[in-house]
Amino acid sequence: MAAVAHEAHGHHDDHGHHEENFVSKYIFSQDHKMIGKQFLMTAVFMGFVAMLLSILFRIQLAWPEEGSGFLSFFLGEQWAPDGVLKEDMYLGLVTIHGTIMVFFLLTGGLSGTFSNLLIPLQVGARDMASGFLNMLSYWFFFLSSVLMMISLFVESGPAMSGWTVYPPLSALPQAVSGSGMGMTLWLFSMAIFIASSLIGSLNYITTVLNLRTKGMSMTRLPLTIWAFFVTAIIGVLSFPVLLSAALLLIMDRLAGTSFYLSDIIVGGEMLTQHGGSPILYQHLFWFLGHPEVYIVLLPSLGITSEIIATNSRKPIFGYRAMIGSILAIAFLSFIVWAHHMFVTGMNPFLGSVFVFTTLLIAIPSAVKVFNYLTTIWRGSLVFTPAMLFSIGLVSTFITGGVTGIILADAALDITVHDTYFVVAHFHVVMGLSAVFGMLAGVYHWFPKMYGRMMNTRLGYVHFWITLIGAYGVFFPMHFVGIAGAPRRYYNYSVYNDFDVDSYNMIMDLNVIITIFAIIAALGQLIFLFNFFYSIYRGPVAEQNPWRSTTLEWTTPVEHIHGNWPGELPTVHRWPYDLSKPGAEEDFIPQTVPLMEGEEEH
Amino acid sequence: MGTKLIILLVVILGVLAIAQMMRIYELSSKITGKKENEISNRDNRFNAKLMLLFMFIFFGSFIYMMIHYGWVGRGVAASKHGKDIDWLLNLNLIIIISVFFLTNALLYIFAFRFVKKPGVPAYYLAHNNKLEMLWTVVPAMVLAVIIILGLKTWNEATGDAPAESIRVELFSKQFDWTARYSGKDNKLGKFDYKLTLDNNELALKTAATIDSAIRMMEEGPMGIKTLEAKLNDKKIIMVPEDRAKMEADLSRKERLIRLLYQMKEKHDPKDDAAAWDDFIQKDTLYLCKGKEYEFNFRSKDVIHSAFFPHFRAQMNTVPGLTTRFKFTPDVSTSEMREIKGDENFNYVLLCNKICGGAHYKMKMMIVVMEEDAYNDWFKGKMTKTFRDTYFPAVEPAQPAADAENAEGQTEQAQNAEA
Ligand code: HEM
Ligand SMILES: [Cu+2]
Ligand SMILES: [Cu+2]
Repeated sequence: MAAVAHEAHGHHDDHGHHEENFVSKYIFSQDHKMIGKQFLMTAVFMGFVAMLLSILFRIQLAWPEEGSGFLSFFLGEQWAPDGVLKEDMYLGLVTIHGTIMVFFLLTGGLSGTFSNLLIPLQVGARDMASGFLNMLSYWFFFLSSVLMMISLFVESGPAMSGWTVYPPLSALPQAVSGSGMGMTLWLFSMAIFIASSLIGSLNYITTVLNLRTKGMSMTRLPLTIWAFFVTAIIGVLSFPVLLSAALLLIMDRLAGTSFYLSDIIVGGEMLTQHGGSPILYQHLFWFLGHPEVYIVLLPSLGITSEIIATNSRKPIFGYRAMIGSILAIAFLSFIVWAHHMFVTGMNPFLGSVFVFTTLLIAIPSAVKVFNYLTTIWRGSLVFTPAMLFSIGLVSTFITGGVTGIILADAALDITVHDTYFVVAHFHVVMGLSAVFGMLAGVYHWFPKMYGRMMNTRLGYVHFWITLIGAYGVFFPMHFVGIAGAPRRYYNYSVYNDFDVDSYNMIMDLNVIITIFAIIAALGQLIFLFNFFYSIYRGPVAEQNPWRSTTLEWTTPVEHIHGNWPGELPTVHRWPYDLSKPGAEEDFIPQTVPLMEGEEEH
Repeated sequence: MGTKLIILLVVILGVLAIAQMMRIYELSSKITGKKENEISNRDNRFNAKLMLLFMFIFFGSFIYMMIHYGWVGRGVAASKHGKDIDWLLNLNLIIIISVFFLTNALLYIFAFRFVKKPGVPAYYLAHNNKLEMLWTVVPAMVLAVIIILGLKTWNEATGDAPAESIRVELFSKQFDWTARYSGKDNKLGKFDYKLTLDNNELALKTAATIDSAIRMMEEGPMGIKTLEAKLNDKKIIMVPEDRAKMEADLSRKERLIRLLYQMKEKHDPKDDAAAWDDFIQKDTLYLCKGKEYEFNFRSKDVIHSAFFPHFRAQMNTVPGLTTRFKFTPDVSTSEMREIKGDENFNYVLLCNKICGGAHYKMKMMIVVMEEDAYNDWFKGKMTKTFRDTYFPAVEPAQPAADAENAEGQTEQAQNAEA
């Protein structure tokens, strides 16, 4: 297939740039740059929806039982009579918020945007290995997004069993209203999403392996590509397991099988299913679920490695150790899944094994952090908005990583599992770190995507509001959680019945958290504005605005099919020759041959 | 409607205002010839200072919270193993908080210190094996300590309960908890979900309860006979959907009744005694200070989680499966009230696994009593056993004689079915 793509593009070269009609250029495009932008647009939309949902339920948590015009504005009388959120809908909002953020924004959106945009550009290829499959991947993603959105509007409400959709709750419409039509849509949406992700990943892997330009050996790949590549491999190995988990769940729901069900009486009805195990679902889910958290995080780590090196004007410290860490994390991420199940009654010895493997992951994570720090050390830092967000990522990666150690320690997890401490942990690593990486990527490669610059000042305001707002939201949650507050509670007023101290602490912090959440959300509007305004009116970009070494900046600003007007570039060096002693400029593009007597890194 | 319009109007005006500001900004940068991608030294230094400032505010508010809530705001543990867990948690917290401060400080200070200074080039440093070795080995050693201590506590907390610990079952359903004490013999009677009836909510398995379940299934108001009669009655006109539903209901019940008869055949009446002396307790769970309990968890419908925040204990309840957790409460309710200085404080059992709309309300109070008070309470309860309350007509059976079988009893409980 790779060879075919090559030939096809060779063909383009002869003819130069050829005319395309509107539909094939903007809608059913097979060009990786356009597909990347389509992913980004869809993801930004989904991300804002998910953010809005979170504000809705945060209002309920901070001011329970008080009517809010804001809630009735968005939810109407059915789900928020007199502006007070319904219990069921609270769970529905939480569920869809989580699903969209994890899968649609940070998996589809993040990999879809940047793997598509950057893999061909940074390895020196004309396009993805298969443009058609790539297009298909986007349209599956689009379709699954539409289904997920529709599920918000069905009569009985969207899925309400948490983003992990554990059966039996998710299997039994009698147990919660969202497990009816809403859950069916959720499952079909996710099944299509998985197909999209698999097609995309196979394409990324093939492209990286087969379409690297002359001289681009694996050890000359930018860390972004390494991260996207490994992410795609993780996806290919783990998503099929989620698909089978989902299919079995669909069967239990529609065909009366008993994969996950046993000895249940619900809504007064005695079910005959016997012998299934809800725990089986959890094993299948987390076999994807844990690798998934790295599918979310690794691309961001790759993106920031690139941005931090470029804007420190220094090579990334320990390039090979960084690759090694990515590989180690990827490998370990497949053998830690049961740390999400320490209190399901698992065999204590099995638990011990998972404690061990999970804590091992902290080592490559620590290596990465220290390598980032050393890269910044004695650099010559340029604070572009992208650089600010990258530094934000390192900070939040530290903060979220260390709390993982508490959770991985099974003895401690007994007391904090499913509390707000977990919520704090995974938001700091995903909601902050991974999102910061994504935003950094948008600011950094915006000129490559749209040929224009985003406004720097607005970028600064956006960053500082986001950093303060986001830490303001998630830092106090650690305290709420350690004090023992369970997650997925509609109302913490129940604490008033037995422990006034904890009640006061939780309610105070809940108000603070919600206020910060509103501030942070408003801050994102600045980004939204900057983004769309700059697409149309931003100043035109230079070819290499950040004085970067990688190949994408050797392509013309104007997008052309096939990326490089003439021959494909040849690569002579690794991507991190920044501030190399003896060089005239503080960066040497990968296409510049080694000077006489110059040693390659 | 009015508010909606106002909100929309404000949003639109806001966007327009920012757009105007952008115009002005653009015009001015066109005049000065400033490029968007060239960050001025002033901007660089400004952000560098903000980094440092942010670090102080960030650390400051963390320290403030720790002081304000007294370390992490957790209170004392009310169980024996809970104290070990808290000790371990504090140790881990000290380690991770130190790492947090140290590495974050390095990050923000470097960001401040190494901001671009015109004329000072960056230091070309690609790697250094010694350093990289250092920060692989040091974390590994710290983690080794964490793992070893963690597994020790984990194994102690999750090990099997000693034979003499008191067995209590906690039964969960949407949206409440029911406790079942094992009575005098400290043996929980067997159960099977198919025996669930109004007078046998926990589906205990005895010859009598099997008979009454069969009777109900055959002759009850929604029993097989009634359903068959309705379906065959030509005079009743039914919507096809209702008929289909009723037929499905009938075939489900026919399957269940077959299983009930099988159960009846295999049932060993010797087991009944263990069930008859159990007693059921709602709303409040009473525990004795200093006694070890083994809790057996069951669920009727979906997964719940028995979360005892003050006792540092948690275990999921899973339909079709019995899970267990043991702990020894060692601070009585009144003692804890004194410690907390709160007259109205109570221990509580919460549900900690999303289980439906009223998940957040699914709780049970817990009272930990001194031994004497507990014994009095227990004696009173022994006159209200399962048999006394629901099946007073049944002869009080002789307790099962085979004492050596006590262990296997609870283990086998959920495998009762053929
Ligand atoms: C040092 C590395 C990390 C360790 C040791 C670690 C450990 C853990 C553990 C043990 C849990 C389960 C807690 C519980 O349910 O009680 C957990 C939850 C979670 N972690 Fe991490 N983690 C690490 C890094 C990450 C990263 C990088 C991400 C995402 C990018 C992440 C995302 C999550 C998520 C989403 C959950 C919650 C899942 C749920 O809904 O239950 N973690 N982590
Ligand atoms: Cu995990
Ligand atoms: Cu529950």
